Amino acid sequence: MTRKELFDGVQDIFRDIFDEDDMVIEDKTSSDDIEDWDSLNHINLVSAIEKEFEIRFALGELMALKDVGAMIDLMIEKLK
Amino acid sequence: MEIYKKITALEYPLDVNIILRKKKSIKKYLLLQDNLIEKNIVILGGSTTSEVKNILELFLLNNGIKANFYESEYNKFYEDALFGNDILDKFNPDIVYIHTSNQNIIKYPGYKESESEIATLLSNEMQRYKSIWSSLFKFDCAIIQNNFDYTLDRSLGNLDSSDIHGKTYFINQLNSEFAKSSREIKNLYINDINYLSSYLGLKDWFDKSLWHQAKYALSLSAIPELAFSISKIINSISGKTKKCLVLDLDNTCWGGIIGDDGLGGIHIGTETAVAETFTSFQIYAKELKQRGITLAACSKNDFKNAKEGFEHPESILKFDDFTSFKANWDPKHQNIIDIAKEINIGIDSLVFIDDNPVERDIVFSQVPSVAVPDIGADVIQFIEHIDRNGYFEPISLLADDINRNQYYEDNKKRAVEQSTFKSYDEFLVSLDMTAEIKSFSSIYLDRITQLTNKTNQFNLTTKRYTTGEIDTITLSDEYIKVYGKLTDKYGSNGLVAVSIGRIENRTCHIDLWLMSCRVLKRDMEFAMLDELVNKCKDQDVSEIIGYYYKSSKNSMVSDLYEKFGFELTDANSEDTIWKLDIANYENKNKFIGVNND
Repeated sequence: MTRKELFDGVQDIFRDIFDEDDMVIEDKTSSDDIEDWDSLNHINLVSAIEKEFEIRFALGELMALKDVGAMIDLMIEKLK
Repeated sequence: MEIYKKITALEYPLDVNIILRKKKSIKKYLLLQDNLIEKNIVILGGSTTSEVKNILELFLLNNGIKANFYESEYNKFYEDALFGNDILDKFNPDIVYIHTSNQNIIKYPGYKESESEIATLLSNEMQRYKSIWSSLFKFDCAIIQNNFDYTLDRSLGNLDSSDIHGKTYFINQLNSEFAKSSREIKNLYINDINYLSSYLGLKDWFDKSLWHQAKYALSLSAIPELAFSISKIINSISGKTKKCLVLDLDNTCWGGIIGDDGLGGIHIGTETAVAETFTSFQIYAKELKQRGITLAACSKNDFKNAKEGFEHPESILKFDDFTSFKANWDPKHQNIIDIAKEINIGIDSLVFIDDNPVERDIVFSQVPSVAVPDIGADVIQFIEHIDRNGYFEPISLLADDINRNQYYEDNKKRAVEQSTFKSYDEFLVSLDMTAEIKSFSSIYLDRITQLTNKTNQFNLTTKRYTTGEIDTITLSDEYIKVYGKLTDKYGSNGLVAVSIGRIENRTCHIDLWLMSCRVLKRDMEFAMLDELVNKCKDQDVSEIIGYYYKSSKNSMVSDLYEKFGFELTDANSEDTIWKLDIANYENKNKFIGVNND
């Protein structure tokens, strides 16, 4: 799976969770940019990503994720 | 009428991923429905409840209930219940849901503690919940309380469930105390997460990582199942449970085709594995029947062949178990409409089980208010589709429910007699009817409350009451409140009619007037009116005001007050207001001997 494909999959999840069909995210998108991206929705996002890509994040890893780019990089790492 | 399809992801088997990901768009869709009824629901959480609330909202909407929520702050369930706060005190809840779990147990037994010290721990833990429940009585609302799930880890291993120091043992005792309390306290209903967590598997139920990150006491994927379970209780409290199970016959009640294979050729009994699975299904249907669910048959068959199937010596169900039996070659949706008419219940009270997907489609598309679970073709799956969807979830086992089938069967006999009389009046005389029509008394609180919540057709205002409200009305002098029980030569029909009038300045306003459809056309409503007028005169009331509020189901009583001789005073919309001056009232009931206060 390419980074682009991963990115598109993650974007679909963002669109579902925040219910905005035309939402566009970028590498540098972070919780500061999306009003509803609070700690509880963060859990919902991560959980949906784990299910969709069949990966599992460890506790400490989640704390360190600053933006979408960091999240995708970590996913690439895990999918290797 | 708006064409609106239920969301299948929200029915068994749940599509958990869709629910969690698409909850916002599902909610938008469900909010487009007409005729949503509103409920105020308080969630008191012993752990995080955010997603529990979001997902519960969907399940309720899918059943026509729009919830307004109040959520306690994190783990403030005890404080909110006992001490309240400004918002909660004004919220006026219909339902309080207490979302606690084993994480909220304050202290488990220590290994050195004696039996009596452990008994004290148990009693302390119980005392917390008992004070929560009694503090909530002031709201006159239903309380839904989780019992306790088991802990994932057991340092005592298998001994944990048998030694008095074990956590599992302690939890079992607490659960047994909760069950006891729910039998003693009106309006307290247990949400059995102990069962639910074992159904799902404890290791999938509890997510340690999610607990430490976000203080959710269950995994995200378990939340839809939890919300589903709560919604079943709320449906039941709101009188939305189904009443009648409609069964196809060939390859549903037995294996094979009775018309082709003959009585000796169908699979039922214990001879083979296939026969056994059909027998299991019949046993389940029989259990439902024994606790008051009505059975009906709907089969494309010659009547004689279909009936013969139940004469099989190993058949658990017998022909007489079916209150309505349709075996013919008419389209099934037509038969199903006839079944509802014959039994005299709403079409949305039916659940249709058929192994044939084409028949399911026809019924579902022609009469969408009938529940038609997508059961597949394998009988081994059928029970779970009925059971897990909670169509018949009861909140209590009232004698009246268990006897309901008897009433319907007696009604069949009455119908046979009716056809042999010259006039309807003559038939009514022959029934030797007597009624007990009296003011509410405490022994009937549950039955009266239940009737107010589930009677839809013969109900002028469709006003719903909680047990607490009925209790208050029973004790108040400002209300005239009468119930009616009707007996005839075939037996008792039970408590079937309820009227509540509120007195203000010599005027009686009829807030509620309802009657069970099982006694339609028996003149019971006239006997009730006579008693209401009597009581009005005793209290120096001079006129009675009746209200008809149109709902989707109560058109049969739109002209009731007219029949009663009331004058129409107001008809701005489909709702109407009626007035009766009682000075020259003459009794209307001619056929029922009345035993009053």
